[in-house]
Amino acid sequence: MNASALAAFSRALRDPLAPGPPGLSAWNGSDVAPRLAVYRNNVLTALVDVLARTFPVVRELVGADFFAALGARYVRRHPPRSPVLARYGGQFPAFVAADAPASALPYLADVARLELARCLAWQAADAPVLAASTLARALADPPRLPQLRLRLQPALRLLRSRHAIVALWAAHQRDDVALALGEVDPAQPQNALVLRRDDEVLVVALAGAAAAFVAALRDRLPLGPAAAAGLAIDPAFDVAHALALLLRLQALAGVAAARASPATARRGASR
Amino acid sequence: MRATTALPPRAGLGLKAAHLREALASDGTAVAYFEVHAENCMVDGGPWPAALERIGERHALSLHGVGLSLGGLRRPDRSHLRRLARVIARHRPRAYSEHLAWCGHAGVYHADLLPLRWDEPTLARVAAHVDETQQALGLRLLVENPATYLGFDGASLGEARFIAELVARTGCALLLDVCNAHVSAVNQGRDALAYLQALPLHAVGEIHLAGFAEDRDAAGAPLLIDSHGAPVDDAVWQLYEWVIARTGPRPTLIERDRDVPPWPVLVAEAARADQILARASDAAQEQA
Repeated sequence: MNASALAAFSRALRDPLAPGPPGLSAWNGSDVAPRLAVYRNNVLTALVDVLARTFPVVRELVGADFFAALGARYVRRHPPRSPVLARYGGQFPAFVAADAPASALPYLADVARLELARCLAWQAADAPVLAASTLARALADPPRLPQLRLRLQPALRLLRSRHAIVALWAAHQRDDVALALGEVDPAQPQNALVLRRDDEVLVVALAGAAAAFVAALRDRLPLGPAAAAGLAIDPAFDVAHALALLLRLQALAGVAAARASPATARRGASR
Repeated sequence: MRATTALPPRAGLGLKAAHLREALASDGTAVAYFEVHAENCMVDGGPWPAALERIGERHALSLHGVGLSLGGLRRPDRSHLRRLARVIARHRPRAYSEHLAWCGHAGVYHADLLPLRWDEPTLARVAAHVDETQQALGLRLLVENPATYLGFDGASLGEARFIAELVARTGCALLLDVCNAHVSAVNQGRDALAYLQALPLHAVGEIHLAGFAEDRDAAGAPLLIDSHGAPVDDAVWQLYEWVIARTGPRPTLIERDRDVPPWPVLVAEAARADQILARASDAAQEQA
């Protein structure tokens, strides 16, 4: 096949109405259309299957048939640009938000964001886990606390939603999904912390203050301003409690003293 | 360049996420090697590459690519070759295989193995791509015969002749997928044994066995779909025995990607292949 034949074959794979290139044949002279359709179906099935593996709760929420049609629309609009499909579906949440039939469920796009975050957390880079003893040593010097910088795990993702995405997602992990969903108020805003612990991806609901604290750490702010961000949301925010939670979740990768100011760096260099 | 394959001449299984626990517990006796899709290993980190490292301590690994598009119009993608080199450096597979197919065009990846016109220009192009891949990765590539559903008018070479020429020109090895040989024979109205006889069987470095689904074409003739979603068919087992009687024992993979059954079912299929391999091994010793 030359370039134009390959282009025509490619078009026929993505568009059921497009004819294949000229010169396709069947040994028995039968119509080649059903044979070409095998390839078209393979492509679509393979990619919708990838989406179904990444977004299982979205699929359960809308049903298998609806999801197959939604997935097919996505595949046509956003075909993969790389043979590495581990990250395929990156635009799926935004696509769901803009898709008229799918957006009838207002929380669907945010559940998709949560599932995409889980997919990315699963394959994110590895990093050593900060030991409690190391953190304790760093915390033992109160005057320097505000300047401490905590490094989060590369797998960690934080999502904020106007919907109860953690509760919706968790209900779909239960045996009796319908019963569990009955106890969920989807209109309740929730923040989701997604991270990897011991080869398992966890989804944890965070209160607003804790989410603001984690968001500040993620944005590389030192401990002082990060705690202030939490306290600004809730005056009763307990930093020690939040740090204990992050330790338990293995969410921290490291701790470092504040970056030296230019003056101290010069002093250090002259020694 | 390394030998045809350093995989053990025994039965192996494709590594599925559903069976990760069993694979991690496997001691290498029932399953001699595991095969992984190269593209699935191209992640930054996490449980998958870590598990693969542990499994690789007790088993040979085979790396099976689906994304290089050897039959594509463009040269093998340099960034993909670099990703492959990184995976090979980390996991040290004993073999790396790819498909005699194209799988993308104009920057879009089609996620399927698409058919080639068996003619001289295609052969020259694929041979150049195989050469480049072998040089870039410093290994002898195994190239897999395809499952095809249609043909091309005026193709001047047959599929087996094309493969024989490719092996002769590039020194690559052949990954003989016996299920694909059967599926393509039915779908192209040709004789599977005649096809196998015309292949360069001396270059077979690995064998794939899988199941297929059955459909019908527009004329009502059988159209087999290479689904990897069923047990290995008896017709494929028969062809496999014929091949092994001629090649001697070769590493043999049970491929199952859909409707993956419980682990013991796959282990039993691997055991069936191992029995055939052991008989061939005994026969070879008696002759010697």
